[in-house]
Amino acid sequence: MTGPSIGQPVARVDGVARVTGAARYSADHSAPGLVHAVLVTSAVSRASVAAPDVADARSQPGVVEVFTDFSGARLPWAAGQVNFFGQPVAIVVGTTLEAAEHAARLIDTGPAAGGSTPAVTDMNDPGLPTVVPPRSPDYRRGDPDSAIAAAPVRVDQRYRIARENHNPMEPPGVVAEWTGDRLTMYDKTQWVQGTARDVAAALGVPPENVRVISPFIGGAFGSAGLTWPHQILAAWTARQLRRPVKLVLTRKQMYSSIGYRPASDQRVILAAGRDGRITATAHEARTEDARYASYQDEITAVSRFLYRSPAMRSSHRLVPLDVAVPTYTRGPGFVTGTFALESAMDELAVELGIDPIELRLRNEPDANQDTGLPFSSRGLPTCLRRGAAEFGWAGRNPAPRSRREDGLLIGTGVASGAYNAGRRPASARARIDRAGNAVVSSATSDMGPGTATSMTQVAADALGLPMSRVQFMLGDSELPTAPMHAGSVTMASVGPAVLTACTMLRDALVRIAVTDPASPLYGVPVERVTVRDGRLSSSDDPKRSETYRQLLSRRGGDGLDTLRDWSPSDNQTRYDTHGYGAVFAEVAVDELVGTIRVRRMRAVYDVGAVVNPRLAHSQALSGMVYGIGMALLEGTIRDHRDGRIVNANLSNYLVPVNADIVDLDASFLGEADPVTGPLGVKGLAELVIVGVPAAVANAVYHATGRRARELPITLESQL
Amino acid sequence: MFPFTFVKARDERAALAAGRDGGRYIAGGTTLVDLMRETVERPGTVVDITALPYRQIELRGDVLRLGALATMADVAATGIVKQQFPVLAQALDRSASAQLRNMATIGGNLMQRPRCLYFRDVTAGCNRRDPGSGCSAVEGHNRTHAVLGTSPACVATHPSDLAVALVALDAIVLLRSTEGDRRVAVQKFFLAPGSTPDREHDLRPGELITGVEVPRTAATRTSGYLKVRDRESYEFALASAAIALEIRAGVIRSARIAVGGMGTVPWRLPAVEAALIGRRPGPELFDKAAALAADGARPLSENAFKITLVQRTVARQLATVAEGAA
Repeated sequence: MTGPSIGQPVARVDGVARVTGAARYSADHSAPGLVHAVLVTSAVSRASVAAPDVADARSQPGVVEVFTDFSGARLPWAAGQVNFFGQPVAIVVGTTLEAAEHAARLIDTGPAAGGSTPAVTDMNDPGLPTVVPPRSPDYRRGDPDSAIAAAPVRVDQRYRIARENHNPMEPPGVVAEWTGDRLTMYDKTQWVQGTARDVAAALGVPPENVRVISPFIGGAFGSAGLTWPHQILAAWTARQLRRPVKLVLTRKQMYSSIGYRPASDQRVILAAGRDGRITATAHEARTEDARYASYQDEITAVSRFLYRSPAMRSSHRLVPLDVAVPTYTRGPGFVTGTFALESAMDELAVELGIDPIELRLRNEPDANQDTGLPFSSRGLPTCLRRGAAEFGWAGRNPAPRSRREDGLLIGTGVASGAYNAGRRPASARARIDRAGNAVVSSATSDMGPGTATSMTQVAADALGLPMSRVQFMLGDSELPTAPMHAGSVTMASVGPAVLTACTMLRDALVRIAVTDPASPLYGVPVERVTVRDGRLSSSDDPKRSETYRQLLSRRGGDGLDTLRDWSPSDNQTRYDTHGYGAVFAEVAVDELVGTIRVRRMRAVYDVGAVVNPRLAHSQALSGMVYGIGMALLEGTIRDHRDGRIVNANLSNYLVPVNADIVDLDASFLGEADPVTGPLGVKGLAELVIVGVPAAVANAVYHATGRRARELPITLESQL
Repeated sequence: MFPFTFVKARDERAALAAGRDGGRYIAGGTTLVDLMRETVERPGTVVDITALPYRQIELRGDVLRLGALATMADVAATGIVKQQFPVLAQALDRSASAQLRNMATIGGNLMQRPRCLYFRDVTAGCNRRDPGSGCSAVEGHNRTHAVLGTSPACVATHPSDLAVALVALDAIVLLRSTEGDRRVAVQKFFLAPGSTPDREHDLRPGELITGVEVPRTAATRTSGYLKVRDRESYEFALASAAIALEIRAGVIRSARIAVGGMGTVPWRLPAVEAALIGRRPGPELFDKAAALAADGARPLSENAFKITLVQRTVARQLATVAEGAA
């Protein structure tokens, strides 16, 4: 006998497969006659080139072909034009990976290859032209500049964040095989159907001819959301050669091939009365962008609604450069904007002499002042209060440098966080076989949050089956439609589709039973039938019951299935829906040698209902780890003399290691938000990084009295 | 990776013969394989020496003998090393990661090559990798680079923690080739770049490291290693200090101090040692002596902070070791 699984801390259904190596990732696949493709990338940032000299490479043993002309593949740049350091300019194909890699090394793509022209890769160069991002027009409400000028208390500061790369464990890999004019791709992607559509379009074949399979992902953080040139080129190469092709990016190539979080430079102005009430906010942002393609983070959005501010203006400028195009990176836009806003809030609290939590509570808005919509739910004040209690905030001496332990300066800091609770249309199929086992499917992905597990929970509860008898399938473009596995929308979109399909299937089975004279349930009103553990029973007379298996065996046939679509209601236009969090950090700064370590972190999140507290807790901790890296370690170092990335490896691009992560914990308010849909969830994965860097930076200020306005906060900045 | 011939040496004689013929020795492979994959290293022949009998970790009289093939993990975990030569055990424990320490050997550790961002990128100019191609770091990114022992040709930091401790303790490298044996002080084994940064060691063609000898003195037992770095583990030093002190009757009788993360080679600090000897330990003395720790430093655009950092690192570690000696 099992009860409902939603809300239970269920272990991952694929956990054993993932940790034992049984899970097969994209690059683990092979095919008869498979050859290995290696990208050769540009070692200059801008050039108009004839093809590089590949004669030596072509003559190497084991080399099948060397391509420099990608005609027939639609790429985001014009043929013969190098737009960034690291752009693919040739493909070497070998019978072994080693042969292809060796030959690839013999191709010179540097300045000696000719055609290079001066490039601009540094957004801080003076006088660069800028662009207003299409989705972030300049915004204004009230008269912010007059309000700022008139305010008795002001904070006006700049905040900078280094470029960051995603660095998932799994490198992107493709195995592409054509059968006639039909393509099958094993590929690392957060959106099998988006990749299938994009690859088909880039190669000029009908979308239904491309199938993309990606059941397991070894982390992505946004890097596998959009379709990248290496995916198109792998499929193109396989078509040119009429052979299956495997292409795996090297770790170094990942730094220029799958996007990054753009470097940013922000200015935030907060104006307030002595009572701590904000009278005006201004938020200006600049981010780097590519010239050949464009990406924008929604950096200033958070400042338009998080706190009450009668007057407000925001603006964002992109700086197009000779660099690869950025993309979504965990908490896109929000974590960047929130670092600036929540640092400025901490600075304002210091200016006013008001506790930073109290300052936030005094500026709690009644509605979203940007859109005018009421909040569907707004747990931020509760998160702040409960977090303060769990962290032990009470009695904190607000004076910087007021706490020393064992020769270390100890500081604590707090920051709020928020992220969109988005929903998208999705579909799911639910199928039950004669043995009473269910297979539920949707073309979503699982890059780490445990999608397969949480969807199995939703399906099992809706069908009245134990989880062990439900299998959830994902990661195949031929499955029912799902949105990109990104933006924290999966549980709130695919979840309701699964719920709907499984509920419909159960209802169909119940109707069959009550209308079948051979069933013990014949004639029982439908609403008086319950299903549990695969057994249908009359609620009035539990002795009248049978199992799905008995019912389906008697009926004959293969079983039953249903395909259902789910779309979010118009609530999206009537309510503002966001998830919220309050993050608390305690840092120790060793002032003598400059080291900063996070000793303790606590957070409380309002994410609506929690389907699986164990997975949610794990997600929250992963967001903290990521945010600690962003605050203290991460940064992509470019050499602007030629635009190369000099730390394109996991030795020199620092992320936290186990020894950096000491004591983290998170909890959830757990209250369902019915406006978001039948599961009442608001999304989690993006939100949980959002407030973390600001909480760390604010704690560093409290410890040392030095305000850290630039990420990562370096050791030398503390000397 | 460039094609190469792989030879597994059955014994020392076979290894030395292969080395004489130009083979590159490989043991744990934690440096060489990485660099071969990046095509920074392009050996024609790789000679696997792991079958050779160089694994001893033993104290004979007053000499600690570490075989070249003893792993970093095994040496760090050996009781006699932890108790009698704590600076060695600590330097090893704070190196790399547990996985690497299980593979990497003492001989290989001394042969590891710089972590300079440009040295490891074959599309960038680097005099050490490609003599005459220019140093990209001097006017490029050089936050982690050296401020001592640099030359216009090269500013790469020596990466080893172990070597810093060995230099402090006046250890000897034992070398063997078909021409015979040599003993070279670890301090002289590493060559500052000068105008020939591609010459990193006092090694003759085909010479193989068979082991290291570390003399035990009155100071080795009271020794320790402090490593300051960007993250808590699995990262090279921005500054480090290996210090051994002999304090008798409240007076410093001998001091052995070397620093890492600072020099193009492990950097001994005789001036700091001289400022300590014959004096009574205390914070003022330590600060005064440590102020000499960066004498002669030539900072680059991004690493001037190392001067302050090394002075503070030495001062703190002097206090720590002195406290243990008291």
